[in-house]
Amino acid sequence: MSPAASPAAKADPTAPLGAVQSRAVRRAGVGAWGAILLVIALVPVFADNPTITSIGVFTLIFMACASAWNGFSGYSGYISLGNGVFYGTGAYVLTYTAIRLNMSGGWSMFALVPLAGLGAAVVAIPFGFVALRVRRHTFVVITIAIFFVFQLLAFNLGFTGGSSGLTPPTPNWVGATFNNPFYYVAFGVLIFSILLFWGVRRSRFGLHLLAIRDDEDRARGLGVKVLRVKMTGFVLAAFVTGMGGAIFAFFVGQIFPQFAYDPVFDVTVALMTFFGGIGTISGPLLGALILEPIEQYLTIQYSIGSVYLIIYGVLFLLVLMFMPRGIVPSVGDWVRSLRARKWRQGDGGAVPVVVTPPAPENVPVGARGPE
Amino acid sequence: MGTGVVDGILTGGVYALMAAGLTLIFGVMEVISLAQGIFVILGAYLSYSLETHFGIDLFVGLLITIPALFIIGVGVEWAFLRRLKSQERIAMSILTTYAVFIIIEGILNVVYGTNYFQLHAWYATRSVHLLGMYLPYIYLFGFLLAVGLLGIMFGILYRTRFGASVRAAMQDRTAASLVGVDVRRVATITFGLGTATTAAGGMIYGATNSFDANSAEDLISRLLVIIVLGGLGSIGGALAAGVFMLVVEDVIAVVWSPDWSTVMFFIILVVVLSFRPMGLFGRQAARAQ
Repeated sequence: MSPAASPAAKADPTAPLGAVQSRAVRRAGVGAWGAILLVIALVPVFADNPTITSIGVFTLIFMACASAWNGFSGYSGYISLGNGVFYGTGAYVLTYTAIRLNMSGGWSMFALVPLAGLGAAVVAIPFGFVALRVRRHTFVVITIAIFFVFQLLAFNLGFTGGSSGLTPPTPNWVGATFNNPFYYVAFGVLIFSILLFWGVRRSRFGLHLLAIRDDEDRARGLGVKVLRVKMTGFVLAAFVTGMGGAIFAFFVGQIFPQFAYDPVFDVTVALMTFFGGIGTISGPLLGALILEPIEQYLTIQYSIGSVYLIIYGVLFLLVLMFMPRGIVPSVGDWVRSLRARKWRQGDGGAVPVVVTPPAPENVPVGARGPE
Repeated sequence: MGTGVVDGILTGGVYALMAAGLTLIFGVMEVISLAQGIFVILGAYLSYSLETHFGIDLFVGLLITIPALFIIGVGVEWAFLRRLKSQERIAMSILTTYAVFIIIEGILNVVYGTNYFQLHAWYATRSVHLLGMYLPYIYLFGFLLAVGLLGIMFGILYRTRFGASVRAAMQDRTAASLVGVDVRRVATITFGLGTATTAAGGMIYGATNSFDANSAEDLISRLLVIIVLGGLGSIGGALAAGVFMLVVEDVIAVVWSPDWSTVMFFIILVVVLSFRPMGLFGRQAARAQ
C-alpha cells in the first residue's frame, strides 16, 4: 500500500512521468470527490423519500467514522477493533447530557455533538495509553478486550440505564423532512473528518504516522516521538468517531449497550476501509459509500438478521480474497499500467529501462520488514 | 470462596484447552483466528444434534465432532488463510476469520433459530459431594477431558516428528522451511488441530451454559484475553492464564457480584499489560514489529 499515488512518485526520482501523472490523477480525484460530495449534499433536496435520507444519514456517519478509522489505523498500521468504544461513548455522552440538562429535542441538541466527540477523545487517552504500548497484533486483541470492558460497563453502571438503555429527547420535526437536520449535521461532520485527515496526511505529523507504519523501530531511531504521535492520531480518530456516535444516538432515538457499543461497528469500519483501500484518503469514503447503503438495504430487505449476516460475510470474504488492497489502490495500479503501456507503445523501443514504470506486482507495498 | 476457586479451576481447564488451540495457531501461523469462538458454538450445536437425533452420548459424540471440526479448520485454512499475503497478515487474518465467524453465525441462526439451547445428560444436572462442596459431574468430567486432550496435544508436540516441525515453525518459519519443514502443511494441520480443540470445549460449554450463536462473541473475547494475558504463542501461558482468569472470575462472582466478575476479567488484562506489554509468559519482543 504505497500511500496512494503521491509518495510513489517521490520515491522514484527517475520517473518524472509518474510525478506528472500522479498530480493529474490527484486533481481528477479531488474533482470527482467534489462532485460526489455536491451530489450527496443535494440528495435531501430532491429525494422526498425518508427511507433514502435515512440510509443517507447512516452512510454519512459511516463515511466519517471509516475515514477516522483510516486516519489512525490506516496511517499508523495499528489495526483497531475497538473504535466502537468511541462511537458508544459519543452516543452515551450526548444522550446522558441531554437528559441531565432536560433539553428538548431541537436543533440545540446538535450543540452536544462536539461535546460527545470530546468525551470520546478523553476516553481515548487512557485507552491509548494502555493499548498503544504493546506490539501490533497484541494491540488488535487489546482493543477488542477494552471494547468489551466498555460494553459491560454500559450494562452495569447505574447512570447508563443498564440493559434498558437511555432515550434522548425526541425532536419535534415532522413529516418527510424529519431526517434532513440529521443528514446535514452528519454531512458537516463528514466534511470536518475529510479535511482533518487530509490535513493530517499532508502534514509532518502524518508522515510520522506513516513512518511508524513502515518501521516503528527505525522511526523511533530517527527521532519520531512514537507514543505521542500514535496517541494524537488515536485521539483525533476518537473525536470524529464520537461525533458520529452522537448523531447516531440522537437519530435512532434510543440507545442500548449492545447497539451503542456494537462489535459489528468495530469490524464494519475496518471492512469499509479495506474495501476502499487502506491508507488512502478516498478509500474509506468510497468503501462506506458503497457498503453502508448495501448493508442498510439488506437489513431492510431481510429483517431476519441471519440471512443478512451470511450475505455480508460472503461479500466480506470475496473482497478480502480478490481485492485485498482495496478498490482505490487496485484501480490506481490499473490506470498506471494502462498509461504505461500506451506510453511505451507511443515511443516504440526507445524507452530507457530506468524510467519504465513499475508493473503493478512490483509496486513496493510499503517496504517493511517481517511483521 | 472455596467453591469459587474449585469451580474456577475446573472450568478454567476447559478454557485453557480452547485457548491453547488458539495460541498454537498464532504461534505457528502468526494468525489470530476470531472464528475460534463460533467454532466452539458449532461444536456445541453438533453435540446437541448428535445427542437429540441419534441418542449419542455427549462424550462419545466427541469421536465425531472432533474430527469434523478438524476438517472444517483445515478447510478454512486451505480456502482462505493460505491465500493471505505476508503484509498486514495479522489484520487480514482477523478480518478473514471474522467473515467466517459471521457466515457460520448466520447459518447456525438459520438452522437452529435464536432460542437458547443447553446440552442435556445425566452428568450435566447431577452433582457429587466432594470435600465439603457440591460439584456438578460435568465440571469434573470436563476438566478431566480437557487435561486428557491437553496431554494428547503435548504428546503430539513433544513426542512426534510432526510436533517437532510445529515447534520449529513456531520458533522461526523461515529457518524451519530451510531445514526441510513443509511449513504450509504444518500450518494447515495446526489450524485443524487448534480448531478441533473447540469441539471438546464446545461440548463442555454447551453442557454448563445455555447458549445461542451470539454466545460466540463473549467466548472469543474471553479466549483472546486469555491468550494475550498468557503471551501470544505461549501454550503454557495460555493454560496458566485460562485457569487464573476463570478462578478470579468465579471468586469475584461469589464474593462480589456476577455482573462485575466479567468486567474484572478484562480489567486484569489491562492492568497486566500496562506493566508487562508482552503478557505474562510472552517472549520479550522476540520478533520485530
